[in-house]
Amino acid sequence: MATHAAAGFGVAPRDPALRRRIQAALLFAVLLWPMLVYSEFKPWLLFDAQSLVASRRFLAQFLHPALDPEFLKLVLVNTWQTVAMASAGLTLALLGAIPATLIVTERLSISRLGSGKMRASAKLLRQAVRWLLVLLRSVPELVWALLFVRVIGLGPTAGVLAIALTYSGMLGKVYAEILESSDAHAADTLLANGSSRLSALLFGALPESASELVSYTVYRWECAIRGSAVMGFVGAGGLGQRMDESTRNMAGGEVATMLIVFVLLVALADLVSKMLRKRLG
Amino acid sequence: MTPIPTMPPAPRRHLSTWLLVAGLLALVIASFASLPLQFSEFFTAAAWSTMAEFLGGFAPPETATPFLLKTFNATLETLSMSALGTLLAVIAGLAMALPAAGKFGAAPRAATRAVLNVLRSIPELVWASLMLVAAGLGPFGGTMALAFHTSGVLGRLFADALENAEPLPQQTLLTNGAAALPAFFYATFQQTLPQMLSYTLYRWENNIRAAAVLGVVGAGGLGQMLKYHLSLFQMQDAATVILAMLLLVALVDAISFMLRRALTR
Repeated sequence: MATHAAAGFGVAPRDPALRRRIQAALLFAVLLWPMLVYSEFKPWLLFDAQSLVASRRFLAQFLHPALDPEFLKLVLVNTWQTVAMASAGLTLALLGAIPATLIVTERLSISRLGSGKMRASAKLLRQAVRWLLVLLRSVPELVWALLFVRVIGLGPTAGVLAIALTYSGMLGKVYAEILESSDAHAADTLLANGSSRLSALLFGALPESASELVSYTVYRWECAIRGSAVMGFVGAGGLGQRMDESTRNMAGGEVATMLIVFVLLVALADLVSKMLRKRLG
Repeated sequence: MTPIPTMPPAPRRHLSTWLLVAGLLALVIASFASLPLQFSEFFTAAAWSTMAEFLGGFAPPETATPFLLKTFNATLETLSMSALGTLLAVIAGLAMALPAAGKFGAAPRAATRAVLNVLRSIPELVWASLMLVAAGLGPFGGTMALAFHTSGVLGRLFADALENAEPLPQQTLLTNGAAALPAFFYATFQQTLPQMLSYTLYRWENNIRAAAVLGVVGAGGLGQMLKYHLSLFQMQDAATVILAMLLLVALVDAISFMLRRALTR
């Protein structure tokens, strides 16, 4: 403030943070350089004659989306396959996630009651299942799909299994977190009075967190649709596989049609998911 | 003595809710029925032995020093792809956030928001496969793909942040004679900066995860290595790459968890 006053009106005060700003800019440049090298950042490659011709031809075709009925039918079938892969995968994921949640949730531990200390074996089991869930969700779904395509061959089975594994890891973790964060009183009372773990879950913990659980599941279904569309790029069926083939053949018109369908599909899933969450939440 | 209260009747469900549940069930059944799933083949003894052989091939992961170095290099490539992609997206996102926040009127706002929606709803991987046409194989296409998708996401978030910022400080500067640009930078931009930074960090975290797998369509980094070694059935090499991916993701998760904890405390 003192320097400001000394400078008086009319003279712009010196930026007090000038040195810090220059230092930050220099540090930024030093960090940026190796990144540009590592990611082979050569934007001028986009503008050399050969790739310009290729991209221009490809983009020009975009203006004429492929609309012949036979192709549209193919796209429709594949779009349904994408939705079906997501729904089937999520259903299988639930089959894995719900038992895992029952095991992992500490709220439902009986040995914890009173003493507050869990039995060692129970603790071990919980931790083991927790690590399994971590492993299931840490391997990206695309990598699962890639592995399953190697084992079972091309087609939607690999995609469904990939979604099932990744999402059971995610759902199991988040379900347990939601149940843990709800009010413990009801479940505790039920357990202390001798109810089974299942009924403590159904009558104590579920009523309070049901809407949150449902809305998270619906949100994940929306994510699964996006994921299964992409899964086709490694050969796991659905819209992605067709898109991959058309891109390889440089058939810009077909790619344009599929991109439009894809954007519409995502928007629709978004809409349905919002509606369902409002209704069930 | 008061009588024991009876249980209140269960709340009535609307017919539409039942219809909704029935629709969901129908969707699930139709999904399983229409997909050519080969689960029956999957549960045969032959399939299991193939599976066991396949999994056995992964052990032990390749640990020769040159290969480890190559994997480390690919990890750095993945990291720089994600960082650079995010940086480009911040620049493009900011540029598009201004019109998308209605700074230049209603028509540009609607138009920019439509563009942002399209950018955002096409996933990174699809962008990457499209970029292959223009940029060829390698990390550059992947970087651009990340930049395209993320600029759609960040542009939208930045625009919302700008729209939700308190308008009074900027108004005050303007009425006191400040020019439009300084007024924006010293009032609205300053207000939204922390929020924008936290969005950016969050997206960077996402992009590291995305960049790790982006390579399976040929866009560089760990994914490209994984695809390459898997297609040559070099399972032990592939195992090392998968482990590197897991390590990278775990590291990013741990760092972001600690940062979040430090910031919210």
